[in-house]
Amino acid sequence: MLLKVENLQAQVEEKQILKGLNLEVKPGEVHAIMGPNGSGKSTFASVLAGREDYEVTAGSVAFNGEDLLEMDPEERARKGLFLAFQYPVEIPGVSNKLFMQTAVNAVREEKGLPPLDMFDFDEYAREKIKLLDMRADLLERSVNVGFSGGEKKRNDIFQMALLEPKLCILDETDSGLDIDALRIVANGVNALRSPERGFIVVTHYQRLLDYIKPDHVHVLYNGRIVKSGGFELVHELEEHGYDDIIQQHQGE
Amino acid sequence: MSQAHELTSSTQYEEINELLSKNKHYKEGFVTTTTVETFEKGLNEAVVRAISAKKNEPEWMLEFRLKAFAHWQKMAEPHWGKAKYTPIDYQDYSYYSAPECGACGGACSTESENAEEVIDPEVAKAFAALGVPIYDDQANIAVDAIFDSVSISTTKREELEKFGIIFCSFSEAVQDHPELVQQYLGTVVPYHDNYFAALNSAVASDGTFVYVPPGVRCPIDLSTYFRINEAKTGQFERTILVADKGSYVSYIEGCSAPIRDTYQLHAAVVEVIVHEDAEVKYSTVQNWYPGDDDCEGGILNFVTKRGICEGKNAKLSWTQAETGSAITWKYPSCILKGDNSIGEFYSVALTNRRQQADTGTKMIHIGKNTRSTIISKGLSAGKSDNTYRGMVKILPSAEGARNFTQCDSMLIGNQCGAHTFPYIEVENPTAQVEHEATTSRIGEDQLFYCQQRGISEQDAISMIVNGFCKEVFSELPLEFAQEAEELLAISLEGSVG
Repeated sequence: MLLKVENLQAQVEEKQILKGLNLEVKPGEVHAIMGPNGSGKSTFASVLAGREDYEVTAGSVAFNGEDLLEMDPEERARKGLFLAFQYPVEIPGVSNKLFMQTAVNAVREEKGLPPLDMFDFDEYAREKIKLLDMRADLLERSVNVGFSGGEKKRNDIFQMALLEPKLCILDETDSGLDIDALRIVANGVNALRSPERGFIVVTHYQRLLDYIKPDHVHVLYNGRIVKSGGFELVHELEEHGYDDIIQQHQGE
Repeated sequence: MSQAHELTSSTQYEEINELLSKNKHYKEGFVTTTTVETFEKGLNEAVVRAISAKKNEPEWMLEFRLKAFAHWQKMAEPHWGKAKYTPIDYQDYSYYSAPECGACGGACSTESENAEEVIDPEVAKAFAALGVPIYDDQANIAVDAIFDSVSISTTKREELEKFGIIFCSFSEAVQDHPELVQQYLGTVVPYHDNYFAALNSAVASDGTFVYVPPGVRCPIDLSTYFRINEAKTGQFERTILVADKGSYVSYIEGCSAPIRDTYQLHAAVVEVIVHEDAEVKYSTVQNWYPGDDDCEGGILNFVTKRGICEGKNAKLSWTQAETGSAITWKYPSCILKGDNSIGEFYSVALTNRRQQADTGTKMIHIGKNTRSTIISKGLSAGKSDNTYRGMVKILPSAEGARNFTQCDSMLIGNQCGAHTFPYIEVENPTAQVEHEATTSRIGEDQLFYCQQRGISEQDAISMIVNGFCKEVFSELPLEFAQEAEELLAISLEGSVG
């Protein structure tokens, strides 16, 4: 089992957001988590990544059999957990190249591999740029500075490709993207799919899922997963919206 | 015109603050124990005369000192800076300290062929530990090493002499090149210029003297390393650097001091004279002991640095990386007198804990088509205060003068302050003056983003800080750029090693 979430409860500033969430992800599986605004989707992604403002009040998360909640955010990243941000952060003055070389070497160190020097890293990065069909000047620019919304999201996917994580979490990566940018992001994700790698794709809309075609789809509502199914659930939701589910679970 | 803004953050930065408050490893903080000759504490005319006698100075130098001392006594200690300090008890400091063997004022080291024989082994050990090459060896840099009040060793002199370059301690220059010293001493920074310049002129200890003859391009970097060792001792170095017509020199200074629980006073004066078509690059990596978390001890750094572009097409460039001192009060300036002359100021000033820095520059445009560039990067962390204070003055004669100023401040944590005081006076309508300023903050979001990519918080901070300072570090000579980067990392890390 890659990820095993049991009865996860978490709060932000005393407000209970997650109220007993259960989820299991096996290597090679792609899970989509959908749900109306405010259901706790982004909170779930943030808790998994270890963002500080979120306090876990109950439950457990095992990542490759280890207690994820005990780890610092950087330790989680080094062990193969990757979060593509809803709003990737700008870091002026720091080139993407230096940023990612530092990150890749931190992950390599964790795996007991020697660090990549500038030349090795350059070669490695160019391979990934080709794989994702991105622009070569990506490396020379400051991290996300002056990037359009779409470019930022693509940069996150590029970082994901470089770090070769075991579990990729995409937190509403599709928000604010036009159809071309969406396709590029989806192609990137599909290129990275492998039998060893798991994905959790958090999204509000079905459009991204049409490209990615997840194996499992879950509906999160009021801090719990209230419905799970296969890809067909995406279209069911598209037709009927979340209303049925909301009515069914209101007052819980 | 003047303008001020003050910025402090109010959000939660507890973790960053905690990170920064851990004890800093100031690796230069060791004390050297050796036999020294130190004057009794106290300052009066007799002390001024005694210093001059100790250095066996000619009459004109003593007169310069006495004139300055008389003037200093009539002056008031300046407290207009943003850096607050309690009035200094000048009677509580010693104004002369030297390892015994150097007591002759450095003259003995010139008489011996083998420098090793005359350098106090403890002092030599101290410089070795600091990584300062005081024996010639294979170093590709010439060094004047100053320990408290005297110059211990000046390397590569013979090699430089072949080019006609004079590189020696200030004391030696007074003995060996009196005509040059008299020609330039006090011409850029007069003895009555300001309180600390007057004090320096009265009790000047040692410093460096550089003269590069016409048309000579100095083949190696020249440098001075200043070390304050004795407690309650002031260091008052006097440095004069002259680049004659069409010459070029790159000069670097480094500084450090042991950890002491009382303030140590450092009041230096540097005068740079750049003649027609000559160029001087003056770089400083300042790492004086900054004091501890409770504001105990540290160096009070009151420095007057000024250069004049005397002739046409002269160029003077100041680059400084300031990471140390409890208080820094320093404004390296350029007087752009020659037509088409160029002045530059590149600065990184980092303050942490309770450090206070009030630093910047003055660009005085006199000649036609003179140009100046100011790039200042201020980093404030901990409970420190970091102030940029700069003046750009365009005189009526400065037809077509141009200035570009960029002042960037970065705040790390929420208990520090960044302040900017630009003064701009333009008296010629053809002048163009541009001023840009930004303030940014290392935020929790940036740190989390880095951490999520596997980069530790510490590495993230130094990466972001170095990115912020890159423009200035690229102006420093290569190895010093690296030293400055490392220094920043140590100053910020709190718990390195």
